[in-house]
Formats: sequence, structure tokens, C-alpha cells
Amino acid sequence: MADKIGIYVCHCGSNIAGTIDVEEVARWAGKNIEGVVVSRDYKFMCSSLGQQMIEDDIKNEGLTGVVVGACSPHLHEKTFRNACKRAGLNPFLCQMTNLREHVSWVNSDKAAGTKKAKALIFAAAERVKRQKPLEPMEVEVNPATLVVGGGIAGLQATLELADAGYPVYLVEREPSIGGHMAQFDKTFPTLDCSACILTPKMSEVGQHENVTLLTYSELEEVSGSVGNFKVKIRKKARYVDEDKCTGCGICIEKCPRKVIDNAFEAGMGYRKAIYSPFPQAVPRIPVIDTENCTWFTRGKCRVCSKVCPTDAVDYDQKDETVELNVGNIIMATGWKLFDCKRIPQYGFGRLANVYTSMEFERLCNAAGPTSGKIVMRDGKTEPKSVAIVHCVGSRDVNFNPYCSAVCCMAALKFGHLVLEKTKAEVYSFYIDIRTPMKEYEEFYQRLLGEGMHFIRGKVAEVTDAARRPEEHGKLIVQAEDTLLGKQRRIPVDMVILMGGLEPQADAKELGLKCGISCSMAGWYTERHPKLDPVATMTDGVFVAGVCQGPKDIPAAVAQGAAAAARVAGMIAKGIVTIEPIVASIDEENCSGCRICNDLCPFNAIEYDEEKKVSRVITALCKGCGTCVAACPAGVITGAHFNNEQIFAEIDGILWDANPQAEVEIASV
Amino acid sequence: MSDKPKGKLAFYWAASCGGCDISLLAIDEKILDVAEAFDIVLWPCATDGKVRDVEKMADGEIDVCLFNGGIRTSEQEYMAQLLRRKSKVLVAFGSCACEGCIPGLTNMNTRQEVFDTVYKEGSATMPENPQDVRPQPATKMPEGTLHLPIFYDTLRTLDQTVEVDYYLPGCPPEAENIWKAIVAILENKLPPKGSVIGLNTTVCDECPRTRGEKKIKKFYRTWEIIPDEETCLLEQGLLCCGIATRAGCGALCPAVNSPCIGCHGANDGVADFGARLMSALASVIDSDDPDEIRRIIEEGIPDPVGNFYRFSLAASQLRRKKKVVRG
Repeated sequence: MADKIGIYVCHCGSNIAGTIDVEEVARWAGKNIEGVVVSRDYKFMCSSLGQQMIEDDIKNEGLTGVVVGACSPHLHEKTFRNACKRAGLNPFLCQMTNLREHVSWVNSDKAAGTKKAKALIFAAAERVKRQKPLEPMEVEVNPATLVVGGGIAGLQATLELADAGYPVYLVEREPSIGGHMAQFDKTFPTLDCSACILTPKMSEVGQHENVTLLTYSELEEVSGSVGNFKVKIRKKARYVDEDKCTGCGICIEKCPRKVIDNAFEAGMGYRKAIYSPFPQAVPRIPVIDTENCTWFTRGKCRVCSKVCPTDAVDYDQKDETVELNVGNIIMATGWKLFDCKRIPQYGFGRLANVYTSMEFERLCNAAGPTSGKIVMRDGKTEPKSVAIVHCVGSRDVNFNPYCSAVCCMAALKFGHLVLEKTKAEVYSFYIDIRTPMKEYEEFYQRLLGEGMHFIRGKVAEVTDAARRPEEHGKLIVQAEDTLLGKQRRIPVDMVILMGGLEPQADAKELGLKCGISCSMAGWYTERHPKLDPVATMTDGVFVAGVCQGPKDIPAAVAQGAAAAARVAGMIAKGIVTIEPIVASIDEENCSGCRICNDLCPFNAIEYDEEKKVSRVITALCKGCGTCVAACPAGVITGAHFNNEQIFAEIDGILWDANPQAEVEIASV
Repeated sequence: MSDKPKGKLAFYWAASCGGCDISLLAIDEKILDVAEAFDIVLWPCATDGKVRDVEKMADGEIDVCLFNGGIRTSEQEYMAQLLRRKSKVLVAFGSCACEGCIPGLTNMNTRQEVFDTVYKEGSATMPENPQDVRPQPATKMPEGTLHLPIFYDTLRTLDQTVEVDYYLPGCPPEAENIWKAIVAILENKLPPKGSVIGLNTTVCDECPRTRGEKKIKKFYRTWEIIPDEETCLLEQGLLCCGIATRAGCGALCPAVNSPCIGCHGANDGVADFGARLMSALASVIDSDDPDEIRRIIEEGIPDPVGNFYRFSLAASQLRRKKKVVRG
């Protein structure tokens, strides 16, 4: 069949027409490109009239291909593909070429812009002639969902889905769900008790008929694709039989081995070798810490086993792998605190009364090691002055360039708690105070009124080396006060370092398992930073909470709910359509060299040991082209991006290139 | 075969080493079947055919011409055009005609540099040349003007010079593949015009070594290690071109514990052998650190053109090193 191509050049108001002679481009294309039967320019191609124009031409002229020279395909590819589809032309026979971002917006020379626009139109026309009709594929969606991470974002997502009637598997690495929020005393700016608002959600999840809780478990492996993932979860041995244990806690009470609790208590308190991280833990089943348990280290004791009324302690328990089938995955893996020891001049770990923000959370928590009394490391002396250092590891080119978003408000909260519970003076050393959310600025104003001192300057050093008599026995915080324009040395009793939020140490590794990537800083990358904040580039994998970037509790909860809504939408629809732009391997000619096997970022290539060939799992393939480029035998083809199409496009771009070059090579 | 009227066969060489001529004889006594089926009208290496006899033939009179060698001189170009005109079927025979092969590596140099090497610095070919005499296209002598073919700056493949009907890869083509091609010609069972007569898969397909997923931390040159005989040579760090090289040889080199050097050229649908191979190897270097990657490449692959374009430089998309334009 002879090609009948329609060319449509958009003015985009004056966005394109301002620097490209669009009428000339359309006229020229109609005359000079073989196979073009209509070539038009129009004020706004994306308007309903513009789309109608394409549809009418397809019907009346019997177009076999459509080229739209307009804006980025990111914006309107769908629009024009749909217009073609409505008129009965396969949507993949429509090619957009970007005359706005690629030509008119980056250039002011009209003649040069017009010339480049012609080349791009020529290339698109040559390409579209070689494009093949493609049909999207449909797969059914498994209604079960995997939520990874039992912090507040993961809990919210779990509850939303479970309440909607869909089964959820919630995987949590620690012995209990709850996440960081369980460690906090108060939440800003309302100052309500963190545990009081969190624990009801925890127990709801723990008791929900649609939720399967897998605590003390790790995500090991993900295979499959949207709608039908297969995941492997490793349940770490608790050494306590979950079915027998009633959570009475007598084993914990009787365990003779005390250990510093570096996890939940941030090193501020103790736990036993058999422990449950906190009283409201869900589930209440304890775990044995084998590194410290006397039975595991020295082969003696067994007290917990002896006292257990239900005989639930099982020293021989092994890690167990659970395989699950789910349709979607929500990653809500949270964050870790910046290691304040990385800034030695702030003295954490060296100077006793320098605290991290998490230590201080535990210190002022009513359920914490001091029952909420703010005292120094000696356990009894109340500080007379407290310095709060902002941006520790955040907004710092030496560590993390980003703002951790929550530390300013947490610092204000700490300031309030110190002022409320002690008679101490509180100094805040800040770069900028950032209080953009609802009622945050009001909280800042409140603290100004409560008498917290604010010194605008990044702290240079925290030291115990006194220079003046009043500095003796104190910690001296040195900073340049940038409002006064001079150095300040403030002697205090206690320093709190507002450590920044960092991605979990294994975030990247975990992300790779389900085919999602991280930003430079290590936060999971969303599909679109503004318009698609909880989806990822891998269909069926969503992100929620801080693992996507620093945020406060309301934002994490909103994201958890948003991710759940997206998943619920997928389940309700029941099927997903998969883009047909995928790679395929010509099995007959594949030599099984296995170059491609380890390259696929989506794990979409499998190797058939028997036939000794590699194969693309179509449902998993995202059409990225990595394997197509790497295949040394040239037997992998990317649909919609095959050699013929790409070379035709290049030839089209070079329509006016000097063929003299060829002659020169051949010449003497 | 014997009942049919005899066909006419020509076998010609251009810029090549002569190995292809010998390879034709490697079909052993089957050469007699060839002689029975064809009159050999031109085979400079073996028979006494003359160019002027070919010139006198009608266009298309030769049934099959097997042409080996690339096009380096004006005389070779003339012969390629002549034999094209006179032959019904023109086969690019062997790597030189197909893709330039070793002679094509001179495309990394200019004629001037080639002549400097041979006539000025060369010791074997020209021990003493105090007058710096160079070959000239025309030299006037008292008896008249002497002519030499013009030596081109760039070696071209046969199909960059004339239209080619079929390609028979290999350096040289293996006897059994030559015989298969001859049988295909005799029985008129040729693939579509423009095809390579042979398989369309790569050497790995014929290589019995066990292969796993590839992760390469270091490339070794062949003299640096004695490879294990069971595992994929590439996985052991040897730059084996088998992954990108058209099959058909039966993995001869890997069978004797030596990496494939790529003489059968690229598979169908691959526009540039070296680029493909580089892209594949770049994908399996096991490092994310740019400095380490640079080190792995620079230490392990000191001669990238020689490794990746040993046979195909003249046929590659770049064809030659950029010439410095004298202004």
C-alpha cells in the first residue's frame, strides 16, 4: 500500500510560530516529502478543532500515517494517538515531533529554526512510514497488595486498602510495626501525643481481617510484573512460636540479660535479650537477640523457655521463606537518621551532653528511659541551658545538599518541651527557619513568644575548651551570627543536634529488587515529581512516605493514602493495559551468548537452559532498549524502535546533508 | 550435473592475501565437480585466463564470479567493474571482499603514510631507497610512458564499488561453506539477492563452552592467561568476538582455546560490527566507577580498532580514520 502521510504543524499560539515559519514548513513538507498527501498548519493542534482536522483527514484521505509537529510527546502524544484511534488509524501510526522544546524555545533565529523544523518533520515522516500498528496487551490484576514498611505511611496505605476489602500483606523489618513515629513523644505543631494517635492504627492493622502481618521479615525477591508480582519474604527466626505465644511478657521480665537498646531507645535505655521493642508493640510476640542471649552465646540459661507458660520459646527456629502473589507493591520503607558522628566538630559521641534529635525524643518521651524528665547524661541534673543545632548533615554540600524538611519544626517542638518542663534557656542555631505547612508558622511565632532564642548562623563547633570563666564546665557553641555579623560563643549545658533524614542504607538495593530507581540523594524516584508523585517508572510499584523524600507525618499519611487509592483503582478496574513498545528476541537466531541476561533493569529477560536461548518476558518489558543496544548478534528488536525506523529517522534529519562526503571517501 | 551445458566461472583476487584462492582448493576432490560443471574462464592464481579475453565477452556471459579481496587500486576497481558487467552472479568471496579485512586496517592511515612506511622506513621491502622513489601513476621513459595502477587512500569493500549479489564470509571461507555455496549455485537454490550465504546466528551458537551471566572485571590478552577449556572465554576475560560474529565456522578458534577474532563479520541486521561488540562489552563490564571502567578498558584493550574492527573497518559506518584536510 502506498504511503499517505498527513503532516500537521502546530503554531502553539506564538510559542512555535514566533520563531518558526510554520506555514512555510507545512507548505514545504507537502511538496517535498514523498508520500505526503495533506500538510497543514493550525493555531492549536491540541484543540478539539485541531484533533477533528486530523480525524477528518484520516477518514477522507485514507491516511496511513500522521505526523504532528507540536510540543513534547510527554504532553500530547496521548491526545493525538487517541484522535487517530477515534478515526480508525492505529495509534502507533502517529508520530509527534517536538518543534517547541527542541526548536522554538531554544532558538531565536527564525530562518535556522524553520530549517531545523523541516529536518525534524522530514525525519518523523520517514519514520512514520515504517512504523507498524501495535496493539496494547491486557493482564488481570491480583487484588492482593504488598506493603513494605510498617511506619505511618505503610500503615495508612495498609488500612485504606484493607478497609476497602482488599487483602494486604504488610512486611516490616523490625519486631513491631509503628516505625519512627512510635519513638516520638509529641507531634508538631499540635503537640498531641504521638503514641496516642499512632497505636490505635497499629492495633487496627494488627487485628484487621484483611491484613496479613509479616514482622521481623525482609523483602528478598520480586519477580513478575504489574498485576502479577511474585514476591519472596524472609521471615527471620524470632525463636518464639508466633502461634503459641500469648504476649504475656513474662519471658522478658525474667530474662537476666540486659542490653543497651540502640534501636528503639536510640541507645538511651535498656532492653532484655528477649524483647519486644515497646509496650504497645504489634504484634506483642517478642524476639530473641541471639548476639546477646546467654543461651546462644554461651549455651547456658534457657530461663525464657522455662518460664513460658505456653512453651512458645523455640531455640531451633530457622529463617523461613514465604512466597506471595500480589498485584501491586507499595514501598514505604522510611528513613534513617544522619549519623551525627560524621561531623566530629559537633562532638557527638565525644562530648557527653551532645544529643542527637532521636536521643532527645526518647529523653523527653513519657514512656522513655527517664519517664520524660529532661536530664543530662548523669541521669539527674536538669540543664540550665540548651542549644539546638539545625541542619546537621542537611543543607550541607559536605553531606546532604537537601533540606530534611522536618527538623525545623522538631527543633521548635523540642524548644517548647524544654521551656515547658525545665527552667532552661533555649538557643536555636538555624540557617533559615522553614515552616511552610498548615499552622507551622504560627507555632514558630508561639515559640518566639515563649522566649526561645534564635541565632541565625550555622554552628562551626561545639567544644568544651573554655576561653572565659563563664564557659568553664560548659559546652560552648560557636557560630557566626549572620544577623549581627559577629561571632557568638554561647555556653550551654546540653546540645541537641538536629540530624537530617537519610534514605535507608539498603534503599537502593531494595529498590532494584522491584525495579525502581533512586535520586542522587537516594530517595525513590517517583514517576513525575509534580503530577504523579506516588507512582514509579515500574507499573504496579508505588512509593509512600519518607522513602520518596523527606516529609512530615501529614504528608507521609497523605502519600500512604494516595498510593492506596492508586492501587485500589487498579484492583477495581481488574485489568491493566501494557504498552506494546517492548523488546523481542528472535529465538531462532539467538546464540544464547547471555550478554543481555544481567542487563535488564526490570528483570524481564530469562534464559532457557534447555533451548539455550534468552527470552523477553513481554509483560515485564518496559521497552527501554538496553538489551537491544547490547545484543551483539543484533537479534533483539525493540518494537517501534527498530533499526529500519531509526535509520530512516536519521536519514530524514540529514535530508539536506552534503552527499559530497561519500564522494570524498571514494576519491583518490 | 554432467548433462547440463557447462557454465562459466571466474575467480578473481584484488587486495587480499591469496588465502581465499587456497581455500577454494581446500574443497579437495570436489574441485573436479566444479571443473565438470563450469569452464573456469579466469583464475589468475591457477589458470591462464586473460583480462582481454574477459573484456571481449558479452555482458552477463560469466555465470558466476567469485571475487576475493578489497578494492585498493584503480586496476582492482576496473576489474571489479568489468567482472560485474560480465557476470550474472557476483559473489563477494571472503572477508576482504565482504568487509575489507586486514588490508582494510590501512584505512587508519593515508596513502602517504603507507608509502612512507614501505618506501622510506621499511626495511624488508626496500632496504635502501636514498632517492625516496615512490610509485607514480605515470612515468615518462625514453621508450614511452609507463603506467602503474593508482593506489587509493581508502580501501573499499567490493559492494562499496559495485553491486554485489551474494556474500560468503570468512577469512578464508571454510571449505564446507564454499562447497555449500557452490551446490546452492549449481542447484539454483540461492537465497534472496543481497544475502550472506550462511547462518544467521553467532559463534556462541556453535561453541560448546558453558556460559553464564557475564560480569567482566578485567580483560586479558591471549598471552596473559591459559584459559580453562570448559567455560566461556569471554567470561574468563578474553576478548572473544564470538558473541557478535556470524556462525558457520563451527567455533574453530574457541575449540582450540583461543578467542574468536571475528572473521565471519556481523550478523544480519547489524550495521556496524565493532560498534555492536563494543556496546555489548560495555554492558557487561562489572563496575559503576568511571575511573575503574577506564582502567579496565585501557589495560585490557590497548588496541580497540585492532580488536573490534580487525576485519570490518572498511565496511564500518566510519570506514576510515578522519583525513586531515590540507589547506
